[in-house]
Amino acid sequence: MSRSAAVNVKIDHDDKVYAWSDAAKAKIEAQIKKYPPERKASAVIPLLKLAQDEFDGWLPVGLMNLVADTLEMPKIRVYEVATFYDMFYTEPVGKHVVRVCTNVSCMIRGAEKVIEAVQKEVGLDKPGTSADGLITVESFECLGACCEAPMMMVGEHYHVNLTPERAVGIVKNIKAGKAPVEPSK
Amino acid sequence: MTTAPQPAPMVKVTIDGQTTEMPKGSTIIQAAKKLGIEIPHFCYHERLSVAGNCRMCLVDLEGAPKPVASCAWPVADNMVVNTQSERTQNARKGVMEFLLINHPLDCPICDQGGECDLQDIAVSYGSDRTRFHEAKRAVADKDLGPLVETVMTRCIHCTRCIRFATEIAGVPEMGATGRGENMQVGTYVEQALASELSGNMIDLCPVGALTSKPYEFTARPWELKHTDSIDVMDALGSHIRIDHRDGKVMRVVPRECNEINEEWLSDAGRFSYDGLANNRLTHPMVRKGKKLTATTWQEAFAVIAEAAKGMRKNRIAGVAGNLLCAEDLYAFDHFMKDTLGTDNVDCRTNGLTIDGKVRAAYIMNTPIAELDKVDAVLLVGCNPRLEVPVLNARLRKGVLKRGMKVASIGAPVDLTYPVQTLGESPKLLDDILEGKHPFADVLREATNGVILVGARAVLTRPDSQQILDKAREVAEMYGFVRPDWNGFNVLHQATGRITGLDMGVYPQKDGYHSGGIAEAVKAGKIDLLVLHGESQRPASDFEGAKFTVFIGTHDSPYAQLADVVLPAAAYTEKAGLWANVEGRVQEGHMAVRPPMEAKEDWKIYRALSEVLGSKLPFDNQTQLRALIAKLNKAYAPENIGKVTRADWKHFGMSGSVREEGLSTSVPAYYLSNEIMRASKVMRDCQDLADARAAQTMKKAS
Ligand code: SF4
Ligand code: FES
Ligand code: FES
Repeated sequence: MSRSAAVNVKIDHDDKVYAWSDAAKAKIEAQIKKYPPERKASAVIPLLKLAQDEFDGWLPVGLMNLVADTLEMPKIRVYEVATFYDMFYTEPVGKHVVRVCTNVSCMIRGAEKVIEAVQKEVGLDKPGTSADGLITVESFECLGACCEAPMMMVGEHYHVNLTPERAVGIVKNIKAGKAPVEPSK
Repeated sequence: MTTAPQPAPMVKVTIDGQTTEMPKGSTIIQAAKKLGIEIPHFCYHERLSVAGNCRMCLVDLEGAPKPVASCAWPVADNMVVNTQSERTQNARKGVMEFLLINHPLDCPICDQGGECDLQDIAVSYGSDRTRFHEAKRAVADKDLGPLVETVMTRCIHCTRCIRFATEIAGVPEMGATGRGENMQVGTYVEQALASELSGNMIDLCPVGALTSKPYEFTARPWELKHTDSIDVMDALGSHIRIDHRDGKVMRVVPRECNEINEEWLSDAGRFSYDGLANNRLTHPMVRKGKKLTATTWQEAFAVIAEAAKGMRKNRIAGVAGNLLCAEDLYAFDHFMKDTLGTDNVDCRTNGLTIDGKVRAAYIMNTPIAELDKVDAVLLVGCNPRLEVPVLNARLRKGVLKRGMKVASIGAPVDLTYPVQTLGESPKLLDDILEGKHPFADVLREATNGVILVGARAVLTRPDSQQILDKAREVAEMYGFVRPDWNGFNVLHQATGRITGLDMGVYPQKDGYHSGGIAEAVKAGKIDLLVLHGESQRPASDFEGAKFTVFIGTHDSPYAQLADVVLPAAAYTEKAGLWANVEGRVQEGHMAVRPPMEAKEDWKIYRALSEVLGSKLPFDNQTQLRALIAKLNKAYAPENIGKVTRADWKHFGMSGSVREEGLSTSVPAYYLSNEIMRASKVMRDCQDLADARAAQTMKKAS
């Protein structure tokens, strides 16, 4: 029974049980090895990233629980980390995530126009996920590419020195399955 | 062998012109406390780790470029601190302004109002107007179960509750999710806290974000009268304060006592008080036809006198319950043995097989505070988490802070800290005695070892004397018993049992023990049965005596068995002496009067004995206490409140023990006694515990 209006976290009562693939297990082992055995909870960020990439691009409670069990740490400690960082999603996201930087440098160089154009192209009037579930548009904080502002990140790939037109072109490429998503150099 | 820690070197610190010496590694706020200088703070708490996140404790440190957080800043030699400078004052005002940005102005409807740290500090450092004109944030309340109410918009993110759950209670379920403006304190996935100590978070929360659900909106702190007393819901003897208004207990909160409960209280002790008001016996009653009907004390006594007339002494029996104080038990015992002349008397309704001859054999010989020096623990059929929850928190502290090793003989049990389960059979004690078992090395190397024997599981077994014997031998063999240390301990859950053993409430000659009484009742061999308080046995065990008298507080299946019911006083309604697990005798005080016609138990026996023509030899509580002190020196006035060391004598019987494993389960923990059973809040807790157990079972299968 809640009396206050809410800034709230979504609660997920999904009972689905997740399990790691063999490929993931090997990667996890490599990650855990980097830390002393009693500190293996330190591997929580790489594991959450891995979990997010392995499954549906976001972290349902069941998946966070898997990370907690793997690292033998309390579940809440995993939830804390996952909800703290913007690159982890605790709600479903589209197949592709477009993070448009709207922090100071990019803002001065016209980020607002860029994000508006991107939203319009995917049929949104504010950040969110397109109706077909293909693209999620986010307004993000500084991604460290201020010298080439404005910029946006698609998957792991940085697109810099944007204009609204170029950004729309990139979104069109995403829809056509042609935009690069691998990490940029 | 673990070496005793070297005392830290001392450093000189000057605060506001006063100088003191502090051990290296302590903090400015601790030095200030020592000097009696108050530094306002929210997140800092002596018994929790340092978080340093609220910034309320900023002080001016000479030579530092900006104010420092005194709770997190270690003292250094010749440090000079100013807590009154303009810079400190401004820092405090600044922090308060930020804290109050999002804090609601709902003090008039907040249960914390009047005893709120934020309110108090706002009086000194809060501004009377705001410079923040944007929307305040609101946070959804969380459902933490039947005990803790939340109004999370009031939370100032001090993280005390999170640290308490993680560090003290050992249930890391609370956390802070989200970041910045979106940060929220809670469990994220909604769940009730799985702790027997959760109520302490209410005390720790410096604002009204966490408040008591049962107490919600029932009273204002300034309307309450306070009576200091002793908790009897378990046998720890926690110091409590009973807050009452108009003769009604409104809430129970812990008092600080480093030697016993630090500043914690079990949820049972804190939240069972609604059971004091439910279902009480308020008038003497006699059975007329099928129904119990209210009557006067005179008539009730007359009916008993009539029934007792010419009765054969060996056909009389009496059992005493879990919650009684020494006065009640002494009066009961002498009423049964002297006035009625029977030896069929017992307080050990859970089937304990030991008597009170050797005190060292049924108490904790290690004072509770000394547990902070222990480095190895052997549990034998013991579940301290449910038997004595606050004591368990102290054991947990030892594991976390000093690396104390704990091993257990008995069914595996989650005590919130790592426990090595050696196995379930008490036969393992033989291996340990022979030094064969790997854990024997840990015991041998321990400087201060203890053995904790669970009264519930061990002392009710047919081979209890043999287990006790072996446990004593283990303690002696591994150096746990020496002039400066005694590490042999028996852990009881009910204070009335320890007090009862102290008062000799068991057959002295050849009378029936409680099990024997139950059998005799069933076999139609008992004509007059006196049930004093409710016991560990189901009421149906005592069904079938020709005439039954029930003296107690609650209308229950026990009362329904009786031909005469005499209403007695609960622990909040009488002054009395209770012994705790370590044998420390403490005085509880009367906070409110017994309801309506109910009387203190010992007074009932005194009056009834007179009607029966064999008056008990005391006329008031002072005389009664003098008799009690004569019986047991731990109850002498000069020993009240203190631990009296029990003489170490031989106890137990040699012989082999059975293979059968030791249990560690405490069935229906939240319904352990009549007050808890009458409490709706405790019932909710039990339902929750049952549901959780069922869920765990489901997951396991
Ligand atoms: S709920 Fe209370 S104790 Fe917990 S973080 Fe908030 S203010 Fe602190
Ligand atoms: S502000 Fe946009 S990348 Fe730094
Ligand atoms: S009390 Fe020092 S920062 Fe909170």
